[in-house]
Amino acid sequence: MITGNIITDFCLLILFLPLLAFAINIFFGKRLPRQGDWVSVGSVLITLILSLSLLMNMFMNWDANFSYEAQFSWIDLGAFKVELGFWVDNITIVMLAVVALISSMTHIFSLEYMKGDIRYSRYYAYLGLFTFSMNGIVLANNLVSLYIFWELVGVSSYLLIAHWFEKHSAADAGKKAFLTNRVGDIGFFIGIMLIFTAIGSFNFQDVFAGVSQGMISGTLLTLAGVGLFMGAVGKSSQFPLHIWLPDAMEGPTPVSALMHAATMVAAGVYLTVRLFPLFSPEALTIIAYVGGFTALFAATIAITQNDIKKVLAYSTVSQLGYMILAVGVGNYVAALFHLLTHAMFKACLFYGSGSVIHAMHHSLHELHDHDTDPQDMRNMGGFKTKMPITHWTMVISTLAISGVPLFSGFLSKDAILAGSLAFAQHHPQHFLLPVFGFGAAAITAFYMFRLIFMTFHGEPKLPKVFEGIHESPKVMTFPLMLLAGLSFFIFYTLPYFNPISDHGWFTELIKAGDSVAPGNPTAHEIYDGVHHAHYPAMALSLLVAGLGIGLSYLMYMKHKFSAENWARKMGFLYKLSLNKYFFDENYNRFLYQPLLKLSRAVAYLDWDLYDKYFINGFGRVTNLLSKITGRIDYDGLDQILVDGVGRSVRRLGKQLKQVQTGRLQNYMLFALVGLIIILVIQTI
Amino acid sequence: MDISQFFTSADLFGIAPEIILTVTALSVLTLEMLHVSRPGIILMVAALGLFLAGALAINTSGDEQILFGGMLVLNRFSVFFDFLYITIGLLTLIFSQGYLEKRGSASRGEYPALILFAIIGMMLMTRANDLVIVFLGLELLSLSLYILVGFLRHDQLSNESGLKYLLLGAFATGFFLFGAALTYGAAGTTNYNGIVTAITNNTILSDTYLFLGIGLLLIGFAFKVALVPFHMWSPDVYQGAPTTVTGFLCTAPKAAGFGALIILFNRAFVDIHYQWQDIFWILSAMTMTIGNISALIQHNVKRMLAFSSVSHAGFLIMGILVLNETSISAVLFYLVVYSVVNLGAFAIVSAAEQEERGLNLKDYRGLAAQHPWLSAAMTIFMLSLAGFPPTAGFVAKFGLFSAAVSQGYIGLVIIAVLNTLISIYYYLRLVVNMYMQKEESTLILSYKMLAIVFVGLIAIMMIILGITPGYLLEIVTEAASTVA
Amino acid sequence: MVVPLEHVIALSMILFSIGVLGVLFRRNAITIFMSIELMLNAVNLALVGFSRYYNSVDGQVFVFLVMTLAAAEVAVGLAIIIALYRNRQTVNIDEINLMKN
Repeated sequence: MITGNIITDFCLLILFLPLLAFAINIFFGKRLPRQGDWVSVGSVLITLILSLSLLMNMFMNWDANFSYEAQFSWIDLGAFKVELGFWVDNITIVMLAVVALISSMTHIFSLEYMKGDIRYSRYYAYLGLFTFSMNGIVLANNLVSLYIFWELVGVSSYLLIAHWFEKHSAADAGKKAFLTNRVGDIGFFIGIMLIFTAIGSFNFQDVFAGVSQGMISGTLLTLAGVGLFMGAVGKSSQFPLHIWLPDAMEGPTPVSALMHAATMVAAGVYLTVRLFPLFSPEALTIIAYVGGFTALFAATIAITQNDIKKVLAYSTVSQLGYMILAVGVGNYVAALFHLLTHAMFKACLFYGSGSVIHAMHHSLHELHDHDTDPQDMRNMGGFKTKMPITHWTMVISTLAISGVPLFSGFLSKDAILAGSLAFAQHHPQHFLLPVFGFGAAAITAFYMFRLIFMTFHGEPKLPKVFEGIHESPKVMTFPLMLLAGLSFFIFYTLPYFNPISDHGWFTELIKAGDSVAPGNPTAHEIYDGVHHAHYPAMALSLLVAGLGIGLSYLMYMKHKFSAENWARKMGFLYKLSLNKYFFDENYNRFLYQPLLKLSRAVAYLDWDLYDKYFINGFGRVTNLLSKITGRIDYDGLDQILVDGVGRSVRRLGKQLKQVQTGRLQNYMLFALVGLIIILVIQTI
Repeated sequence: MDISQFFTSADLFGIAPEIILTVTALSVLTLEMLHVSRPGIILMVAALGLFLAGALAINTSGDEQILFGGMLVLNRFSVFFDFLYITIGLLTLIFSQGYLEKRGSASRGEYPALILFAIIGMMLMTRANDLVIVFLGLELLSLSLYILVGFLRHDQLSNESGLKYLLLGAFATGFFLFGAALTYGAAGTTNYNGIVTAITNNTILSDTYLFLGIGLLLIGFAFKVALVPFHMWSPDVYQGAPTTVTGFLCTAPKAAGFGALIILFNRAFVDIHYQWQDIFWILSAMTMTIGNISALIQHNVKRMLAFSSVSHAGFLIMGILVLNETSISAVLFYLVVYSVVNLGAFAIVSAAEQEERGLNLKDYRGLAAQHPWLSAAMTIFMLSLAGFPPTAGFVAKFGLFSAAVSQGYIGLVIIAVLNTLISIYYYLRLVVNMYMQKEESTLILSYKMLAIVFVGLIAIMMIILGITPGYLLEIVTEAASTVA
Repeated sequence: MVVPLEHVIALSMILFSIGVLGVLFRRNAITIFMSIELMLNAVNLALVGFSRYYNSVDGQVFVFLVMTLAAAEVAVGLAIIIALYRNRQTVNIDEINLMKN
């Protein structure tokens, strides 16, 4: 039995071991044997053992209301106090286990995948930094430390995406991810500040207590909620900040599996789950629509992508949308459940794609072919016989993501769909939410099987390359098999064995709490609604999944319909989807360029414009004044007597030429105008 | 006539740090005249003087002391600033050695002497309890800086920025003085306590005089700490000045300016501070925004840092807008972090600077491969300036923002957060250039080992302060509590 | 005859403004410098006027300090201008703008 201080010690170890590995590898990595990878792998395996023992402990206790909080004072100034600490409950424990598991798998998988990389030790160092900051987010018990780790996760994500920064696209993708996330983070920061202003504390429990006492309510609460949610929109790559995640695939594939599929992008979902009690009904509605729309929207893009990782990236965006939708309709246990199952099968899919790309890469390398894209599915086909393990594990996880019974995805997806259906039954005006959900489910089944068929079945498109394809070594297939195994329903329904009900340890140990914001239904009401919607939702979801898989089978296996014909018929829509609805282009045109222009304009204002107009205008006045003063000084008395008018005219000409003035006096003029404005403002 | 009526021994003891610094500065000049101009010796003497002055400043850190019949006030607040100046001065001297050798001015003894004089001036500014003393301190500081900026006699850029700084500085002095004269006219005294009494008892001669006086004083300060629209000199001057002087210029005088401004508005004009809050609001919003946006398009590192320092002044003004104990302590914390980080950054820039090269962002390409430690330090500095956790810059910004939020300035804080976002872009551009370009760096860094050790110390300190800011926070809170 | 305070201050303000205009509109660095001196002297006039009005010496002490400062500033200023002139053969501040964006 693990209690009290031991939990604190465990958490501290889980938190800081990866940081230690980061520090050792960043400074001494290159000088260590094997470039220090064993330091990172060792430390993350220890955190895995610790996290799993916490998980075992949770099973042994079987207490849904378990909660433990440890506090340390960080800044204490009397008036201004910030306390750091851990909040450990069953949600935390599950998340810790997920992070540790996927992170360990990534560490192991990378041993082979990243072999011979020029910055091998740095790569492992960054993985350590990421694991540290992700655990920090999970353990946080207050908004400040949450925010700090939130930023740190962003930094490590930036570093890992741009790991191969020699490639311009990778460096750009890193930058894009970073900047897009910052946009979300402004909202996050504003939300935190609003909460702090109203309640005077950052601690989650204090904040919830404050909200339930009505210290912040109405529009302000909604605003704060939407602000906090903006952070999640950025990190979880929701519409309209979804643009960075597909580009982030420029990073190494194990990184994509760890951060951009299983854990980091789920941080946004985790945030909304953690802060669920304080969202007002209006904020929740916004959350639900953003999530639902993203789920459908991203799925429609995934259909037409040909890059194997891009398909998975958009599928991730879509699945995250699902989770956010579930939070929005109040069914946040389902969101967390899907987060858990999704982490397993999506990581497996990414490792699978990594395995395929790895094989393609080697084969192309032996052919000295550097032009063929190893990630393009149009160059694959028929890999089933060459890579049986990769094939079967990917099929299992595809079945899971498509929502086929007996697999984990079926349980969690079903719970989410039931939640949205129940919500629409109570609020008929929000009928679109289940439509989003079921639509996305159908499309997901379609494009995921498209991926499987194009990659593993049919005729090899490039026979020469096909010759050189081999199954990946054991360090790479081991994580695949482990995670594929974890995609079966049984691991989530224990101690029960009913494959079509999500009833299991998860739903028994993780209970929804009531919202503290006024106007929301209680957890019990939500649970009841979901319970009633369960069977209709299941029937519908089976139907749409079957439709999607069937259509995909006919189109890409049997070639009953030609995909090209359809693409041509749908011309405009196809183009929209293929080009991701032109989001990047439009952002570039309407956001980045104007900003750049603005910044240039300010410079222009400072210098050119200022020179041209202000000085020309002011210059004339100046000139007039200089003429007058000049006359008095020079042309006065002796000058007129000596040289007469002629010389003074020449001088005037010279002065006219000098209208383009020196800069120094521009500054003074500017300042003087500023002074006058200040005095005027102050008088009125 | 009994002189003790005017000067008591307590008075003299109170200004012992200034006396020591003066003596040191004069000795340095004398040593130079005697051609004992080995740079090492001069540096040692100057450093010794600074240490001694610091030690004497500690001695006076007990209760509040009023010296020279109310001209100077010594308290924890002023001692805090004394230490800040001395630290900045020491760091500047350490960082300057290598740079001056490179520029062929290593053995000129005026350099440390002028820095010492500037420090005396700044000490007077934050100890002052009288407009006359502020004026004296400000001018002592400014005159030293004019010469320091134009220190490289044969360098056209240095000449030009010296002249620009001189003319603009003198122009600003004119406004400051006129403001002081009008305030004197309105209140009948230049002493802060007297001004407060006059305002509370409503014995002001004319509200117009007072109003114009405060306005012009504010403008004078706005010039010195480079608030928009009085900032336009700063990029030119920062670019042209010798790099180590730029480091000094954008840290110590700014600290002194803000320190004096806090005392002025928190002591002399405390009752009418609220009337000026709108102006502070506007100044703050404009300064941070325009500073940041201008910094975005700079390619010269010094100009970029100059505009960045303009925007930092905008953040700092938030503290003066709020002006309570929390905000003052936040300003003090911010000043420490900002100053030390900037000094470190300029130290690295000065090491990288060469004839015609080393100042463009592009020149920093691939630096990380050759100088991993220096690049790591620079990265920490940039992250700290950007206010990124877990560096000290984050704690500083956080304190300032939450002080403003707690007084309800949410709009301004939102602008500030947006600005922080923009600023990350240009700070990281330098980092990206150092790390993310594969070309071989052609920069040949030249530096003294001692300077590099201190750069490293600063970087480590910024991380430690970011993680456990408690110790420094305690100090600044105590300092702030003596004026709030 | 007693000159009213307002007149003294008004004169001082006018002188100050002339100084400001000179600084803004002249092109010769030395003339600009002289205009700044004019500003300072306008301040001195105001200080003396107030000092007389209040019958206190504070203002006059201030004036001495301002005069000292003005002398120091001239010393430093001329040194800088001469250094510049040696390098550039000009004191026209229109031509002194090597640094800009």
